[in-house]
Amino acid sequence: MDSVVQLQRQLVDYTVQLFNEGFLDDQFNQLQQLQDESNPDFVVEVVTLFFEDSERLLDELAKALEQQSVDYTKIDAHVHQLKGSSSSIGAQRVQKVCIGFRNFCEERNIEGAKNVCIK
Amino acid sequence: MATHINGSWELGAKMTALVVDDDSINQTIHHRLLEQLGIENQVARNGKEAIDIHCSGKKFDLILMDRDMPIMNGIEATRKLRAMGIRSMIAGVSTRCVKQEIQEFMEAGLDDYQEKPLTSAKIISILRKIHHSGSISY
Repeated sequence: MDSVVQLQRQLVDYTVQLFNEGFLDDQFNQLQQLQDESNPDFVVEVVTLFFEDSERLLDELAKALEQQSVDYTKIDAHVHQLKGSSSSIGAQRVQKVCIGFRNFCEERNIEGAKNVCIK
Repeated sequence: MATHINGSWELGAKMTALVVDDDSINQTIHHRLLEQLGIENQVARNGKEAIDIHCSGKKFDLILMDRDMPIMNGIEATRKLRAMGIRSMIAGVSTRCVKQEIQEFMEAGLDDYQEKPLTSAKIISILRKIHHSGSISY
């Protein structure tokens, strides 16, 4: 039982750190609030969904940026979706990066956009 | 923030809602938000599915309508629902914050607009606007 308590404590510390470093924002609290005895794995389920979805979106983005003539409408749609889902789970850092990415796209700055993708 | 909320009206009928959103993460979160408030709800993946559900005869007290969706977006779906005579509370939900874009969405027939991300507080503020024969205890 001791190791469980220790793990729980580590999880709390790590979560606080993520908040302090701006990776997570208040919306994450809302997510945690939706978890209870009837939905004990809610946060894990949603975050997993987010990772799967993001991986797919980032793949699409990388492909789109490699094209001879870049389709900015498609890119904009992908980033809009990533921005939306990251804000819904409280992934503040991802959301901010998306906003920066879109600015690069508006300026047709491919190198800048590619650098963001790599990060 | 209250965690035990009774979603039933004084007359005993449970509130119903429709979540219209193409993003699976938002679908999951909005569905759970409503569920926790005691509101029975189902999910449509785009505007066309929302229309089809209504054509099959289903009605809802509340519709949470995302703006940007494939096949049929939220603006078109809202217009169509109003044209069909649907008088449910329709709340537009989006990450967009440009006044003109919000105005365009509102003019399609929305009763309310909320900026994403949605929280239980935002949903409660929408619910307070619904006129119903029962009384609300939130």
